[in-house]
Amino acid sequence: MTRIRVFLVDDHSMFRAGVRTELGDAVDLVGEAGSVADAVDGIRRTTPEVVLLDVHMPDGGGRAVLERVRPAQPDVRFLALSVSDAAEDVIGVIRAGARGYVTKTISGADLAAAIRRVADGDAVFSPRLAGFVLDAFTQHPQQPVSDPELDLLTQREREVLRLLARGYAYKEIGSQLFISVKTVETHVSSVLRKLQLSNRYEVSRWATDRRIV
Amino acid sequence: MTIDRERKEATIPETAVPARLYRSADGRLLAGVAHGLAQHLRLRPAAVRAMFVFLSIFGGFGVMLYVAYWAVVPMEPVLDPRRRRRSAADRGSAVALAVLALGVILLLRGTPLLGQSPLLLPTLLGGAGLAVMWRQADEAQRGRWLQLSTQLGGVVESRSRRAVLLRVGGGIALVVAGIATFLTLSNRWAAARDGVVAILVVLAGVAMITGPWWWRLLADLSAERRERIRSQERAELAAHLHDSVLQTLALIQRHVESPREVARLARGQERELRAWLYRSDGRRESRFAAALEGVSADVEDAYAVQVETVVVGDAEVDDRLGAVVQATREALVNAARHAEVSTVSLYAEVEPDRVSVFVRDRGVGFDRDAVPDDRHGVQGSIMGRMERHGGAATVHSAPGAGTEVELTMDRSKP
Repeated sequence: MTRIRVFLVDDHSMFRAGVRTELGDAVDLVGEAGSVADAVDGIRRTTPEVVLLDVHMPDGGGRAVLERVRPAQPDVRFLALSVSDAAEDVIGVIRAGARGYVTKTISGADLAAAIRRVADGDAVFSPRLAGFVLDAFTQHPQQPVSDPELDLLTQREREVLRLLARGYAYKEIGSQLFISVKTVETHVSSVLRKLQLSNRYEVSRWATDRRIV
Repeated sequence: MTIDRERKEATIPETAVPARLYRSADGRLLAGVAHGLAQHLRLRPAAVRAMFVFLSIFGGFGVMLYVAYWAVVPMEPVLDPRRRRRSAADRGSAVALAVLALGVILLLRGTPLLGQSPLLLPTLLGGAGLAVMWRQADEAQRGRWLQLSTQLGGVVESRSRRAVLLRVGGGIALVVAGIATFLTLSNRWAAARDGVVAILVVLAGVAMITGPWWWRLLADLSAERRERIRSQERAELAAHLHDSVLQTLALIQRHVESPREVARLARGQERELRAWLYRSDGRRESRFAAALEGVSADVEDAYAVQVETVVVGDAEVDDRLGAVVQATREALVNAARHAEVSTVSLYAEVEPDRVSVFVRDRGVGFDRDAVPDDRHGVQGSIMGRMERHGGAATVHSAPGAGTEVELTMDRSKP
């Protein structure tokens, strides 16, 4: 198994050192940056597979990096790391193009697994993000739906998200619903796509309204 | 009323009135006698001032009393030089009161000094108008405080604004009526009109010449005000961080040998800081989501575990949801005490017709047929509580596979 090339962006050098130690040999850390400008430069130079991206940074934070890198390098995948947990930040960074979101308290092993999943093109949802999505997509069901393909979750996707929010791992979700891990991944990726592309008014508004942890 | 206030102040030492009588530096008009006296006696400064003014009617007794206090009573020691300001509102209020008192004096004595009748009515009217307007400034301030404390927002604001307009309007009307009466009574209407025109022209000229200066003064003032607000916020932030975060960091350093305790302290502080940073919008504990977060916070604190809480939807807590919250607490406590894990997941979803809660751990688990009786008891209390309120509780567990407690409760009436 080849090691995944990872670039780390966080404005706290102490946190970067911590992640470096925790990940150890699990990934190939090709570079680090502590600011938006350095990150954009570094990612262009090193072309990593996965960027671990801090949501909160000076000069626009993770979203600024996403907006400047993605047009030029659409193959680079982003996994957001944050202490914030505020719906506004989480939904914001996902809609800007990150393929997953995990909190900074995540263990080294779980982080390595999440990086691998993102590198494989799948999505990574923390229980809280799953809860956010369920909440955002269930509020105001009487609102008109312009594109059912994007604006509604299927029953299966809803079940998968519920289990994610209950703290189940993908494998456990699979055995609970009698489907394969690959199918679980497909469902989660499909939810991620809806979250990113849906024009549903509530998704954005809900996130800004809900300024709580 | 007075007794109430005294009792309240007695229970809060910080706001207790100093036992010694000082002249007040804060909010004084002349020498701070009346304000200091008012603080000492727990009266309203305006009342004390009114008393001084009233006593002055009797041969200037009030003035003499004031001067005597001035000479005898020491100034209040003040640490912050910025506080050595007089309140403009208070001063205006006192001037207005004085004018009103003068009118009363004139009325009572029918003094020959200013000519019997012509000045009496205008002075009374004008004084009353001024008093109304200057009192308004204080009222407005009080209104703001009231509003801040009750957080009622728009309704109160629009109502108090109308009251303000009404009072200012009434005050202006009274003053104008006073001036008009004076002019009419003294047959100087035409002369006054010419004079007013001349004054207006001169004022306009002065305004044009000094305009830029006034403008800059205003800008400086607002900049200074902004700076002051900012520094206040900084001070508040520093105070908060000191009381919470720095204290916790100190505690953590003292508990380095106990990772469990360190984790508990850090987690508790994190929760508190998050609440302080993000939850200023007055979420009430009577809501289901907030109640669950409160429960998980308690369990985190008591058992040094992390409860990963996700709540979808929200509702007002009634009897049934109250039972769900209590059952959730017991399930969390069970997991924290018996599962031997550091993390417990709590997921709750409020749907229109029902509420579901899942408490899950990846701990040791147990065989339901082989549990000792005391743990049966705890489960029984969870199930019993849910069933009494028309809900249900299910426990899924196996040795080594963790435990999940599922609580469901219908929201529609049975």
